[in-house]
Amino acid sequence: MHIFRRIVNTCSRSKLHQEIDAEIQAHVEMRMADNIAARMSPEEARRDALIRFGNRTVMRERMTAMDAATAFDAFGRDLRYAARQLRRSPAFTATALVTLILGIGANVVVFSVLNALVLRPLDVPQPTGLYNVVHKSPGDDNQSYPDYVDFRSKNSTFTDMAAYRFQSAGFTTRDAAYLCWYYRVSGNYFDMLGVQPAQGRFFHASDEHGPNSAPYLVLSHDFWRRHFDSDPKIVGTTVDINKHPFTVIGVAPVTFHGTDLFLWPDFWMPIVDSPDDEGTNFLSIRGMHNLWILGKLKPGVTPQQATDNLNAIARELARQYPEDDYLSARLVKPGLMGDMFGDPARSFLAGIMLLAFLVLLAACTNLASLFAARTADRSRELAIRLAIGSSRWDVLRQLLSEAVLLSVLGGALGTLFSTTLLNALTRWQPFREYPVHVTVSPDPKVYFVALLLSICSGMVWGLVPIRQIWATDSVQVMKIGGAGTLAFRRFTLRDLLLGVQITLCTLLVTASFVALRGMQRSLHAPLGFQPQGVVLADTDLHMGGHSGASVTPVRKRMLEEVGRIPGVTSVGIIDETPLGTGGSSTYIYRMGTIDFRPSNMAVGAKYFSISPGYLHAAGTQLLKGRDFTWHDDAKSPKVAIVNETFARSMFGSASALGQEFMMGDKISHEIVGVVENGKYDSLTEAPWAAVFFPLEQNPDSDTSLLVRSPLPPAEILPELRRTLGQIDPSLPFVFHSWPDALAFVQFPARIATATLGVMGLLAAMLAVTGVFGMAMYAVSKRMREFGIRAAVGAQPVQLMGSALSRPLLLLLSGSAAGLLLGVIASRLLAQIVYQATPRDPLVLAGAVITMALLGLAATWIPAQRALRVHPARLLREE
Amino acid sequence: MARNDLQGTLDLLVLKTLSQLGELHGYGIVLHIQRASDELLSVEEGSLYPALHRMEMSGWIRSEWKVTDTNRKAKYYRLTPAGQKELQNAEKSFEHLVKGVRAILRYA
Repeated sequence: MHIFRRIVNTCSRSKLHQEIDAEIQAHVEMRMADNIAARMSPEEARRDALIRFGNRTVMRERMTAMDAATAFDAFGRDLRYAARQLRRSPAFTATALVTLILGIGANVVVFSVLNALVLRPLDVPQPTGLYNVVHKSPGDDNQSYPDYVDFRSKNSTFTDMAAYRFQSAGFTTRDAAYLCWYYRVSGNYFDMLGVQPAQGRFFHASDEHGPNSAPYLVLSHDFWRRHFDSDPKIVGTTVDINKHPFTVIGVAPVTFHGTDLFLWPDFWMPIVDSPDDEGTNFLSIRGMHNLWILGKLKPGVTPQQATDNLNAIARELARQYPEDDYLSARLVKPGLMGDMFGDPARSFLAGIMLLAFLVLLAACTNLASLFAARTADRSRELAIRLAIGSSRWDVLRQLLSEAVLLSVLGGALGTLFSTTLLNALTRWQPFREYPVHVTVSPDPKVYFVALLLSICSGMVWGLVPIRQIWATDSVQVMKIGGAGTLAFRRFTLRDLLLGVQITLCTLLVTASFVALRGMQRSLHAPLGFQPQGVVLADTDLHMGGHSGASVTPVRKRMLEEVGRIPGVTSVGIIDETPLGTGGSSTYIYRMGTIDFRPSNMAVGAKYFSISPGYLHAAGTQLLKGRDFTWHDDAKSPKVAIVNETFARSMFGSASALGQEFMMGDKISHEIVGVVENGKYDSLTEAPWAAVFFPLEQNPDSDTSLLVRSPLPPAEILPELRRTLGQIDPSLPFVFHSWPDALAFVQFPARIATATLGVMGLLAAMLAVTGVFGMAMYAVSKRMREFGIRAAVGAQPVQLMGSALSRPLLLLLSGSAAGLLLGVIASRLLAQIVYQATPRDPLVLAGAVITMALLGLAATWIPAQRALRVHPARLLREE
Repeated sequence: MARNDLQGTLDLLVLKTLSQLGELHGYGIVLHIQRASDELLSVEEGSLYPALHRMEMSGWIRSEWKVTDTNRKAKYYRLTPAGQKELQNAEKSFEHLVKGVRAILRYA
């Protein structure tokens, strides 16, 4: 059976050969016998029989190649031969491997992060059909609880909708107080997600009976392990959160960490319950937007249908309630705090992915020119192979095998290094006080992409010599001996490749310079306060059980006693520091407004509550008017300090002092001071209106104590810790210097700068190796010519000029093109990196100098070689 | 006009030979074609064996090792049903070719 034989053939090519030989042998013997019978001599009979077959080897090869089953065998042979070839030229192999490891490794790292943050769904049993319901305008993703209840009960397109928010609390044990982060979730949360508890039970919708009716906790697996030593009898015990008792009813499975990709909470609590006295007030306030809605679509319902459905409900609600004036719905992929980080993360990662891809492309062009040079050097070998009967396709397949083998090997090593880096990234917690980290370890998708990239890049640079092979005239090549005399005058494919590569590299180098400059500027931008020399002590007085009237005395004591610490020059308190993670905004109305719906507002403003002395401690300049005093309390008239933007947008050029405004509570506030503008949410924001209220007129339990001192933080901290510990030992404080606390807002810029820096560095390395390889090759190919020229009296400088003019010309034109592209592309960067502008003389100079230095470094050794031409020795060798 | 090339002609000769004589080895095919065509056609060994191999891969013929009358081991080929059908096609298209060529030769 020939099918059977084909299978056997897969294992053995030689068996097929034997069979063909045996068949031919039988034929030859029969012919000989007949020839002898026709009276030929045995010698002659044999010759005649054989000659009729022509070239038997070629025929046998043709027959073997026809056997489809032997293709696999041939592939194996190609690979073995490729491996032998690569081992014979270790310099080429090493260069190519390093280039590929960098190129593919960079792509694997970036793709893993992209995969983890953008592509991967939530880590829940059935992630399909889960969407966050946010407002139409981007960046405004929080909803109010009453709106949630209405959306949930009135929609016809979702199987269920859950609400959740993320907040912090103090967790007190017998020995210590800890700051912990938790989700407050609606009762149906776990049931909707389909998660099963590891211990005990989860709470359900049936556990909710109005505010403070379900004092239950579900611990995260990690929290259970860290604080309770994985105690199997934990269910049923009571723990204190902000000194309020809660009963542990269950433990979540180890893989479940809530509904955000990068947050790792300590526990979950029903949203109807709260460890703060005022913590459940928002449940009835329609204008209080402070939670996220997560919905699961009914099977067969499209996101568009669901959006239309919710918008119809929103319009109905807007007619009913003035607070819902602006209500609208949009569905977004869940996992990035609604979609708060969705857009920036997506555009940033897409940008970086593009850059990484450009790096790989540059690496491929680099390898392509190396490989083309190598093929030219091997033209004699290739010509011989063609002459003895190998087809051009065979030769091409052979070269392609070398390229793909190298690429896959480089890809595997690159992936290995990336995995190490990614595992470190997964363990990395960028912010000490927030439970933020992202699982970026590669999954099968990443490995698949790595393999695909490896094979594709191998194909890309392996196919470059295709023209060379097809153009090879074996007779010609063997006569004149290699590619030595192939035209060096005209521009070749290699030159083009090098030009493209240098352009790409300059683009990347420029981009990283732009980012670095932007970062440097953003660190020196006016913030509206002076973070240097300030230590922050953050806490929430609720965590110590303080509320209402007991809050002020505690704060006053803190300010007085901390102010007495030697070396402290000023102290102040603010509820949430600007450029922190909190921060709220409110609608401001002109006096005389009757209809308090959002569309009637005068301006939207950030608002903060501050103590007397805060402005001084923060270094915020008071431009006009006065600071607050302790007499601005609950009993005295409401006052406020506003910033310049607020004053200008409300009152134009008229003085704001003494003017009044209202908020949604319809109470008038008098402006007693004007301060400088500042940054409140992010470094890149446009100027915002801001208003400051006295702490006592706008009570808030969040407390950030600012301690300004010329001493380094380390010298202040022990005394500060001791002093605050004496006031209330149960209050958990988070201490950090203010510049450190700004790490959160600087994080995107820092990450962007670091990433672009690495990309730029990779690009620079590729540019150096590319130019170096090209120049070195050009010099080595023309050594003989140089020898002759030197012998007839050419000066070394002339030789160097003719050897290096081509690479230098390419370097110049490529750099110019890349610089131009970089300037254009940098507009995109400006969205991530604050104040990134390519029209900065320093950036342009930096890029130009870098490329010049790279060019110098890359051509130094080849130039030396050209200078040291020794005519007599060279001519003898040839 | 399907497959009226020379290779098609060699296939036709081999298939027809096998259909007439049943079972034959490569050398036998060469001899038969030579004899049956009154020495007008001779098949080159260098083309015959690749052609046999290809036809076998296509499933038109089957092979088997057997002992010849003179006690040699040789590979014998026989037609498969698929080969029978292919032979009919090849004969038809050869008739077309001959008709076409003849028409051109007689064109005055």
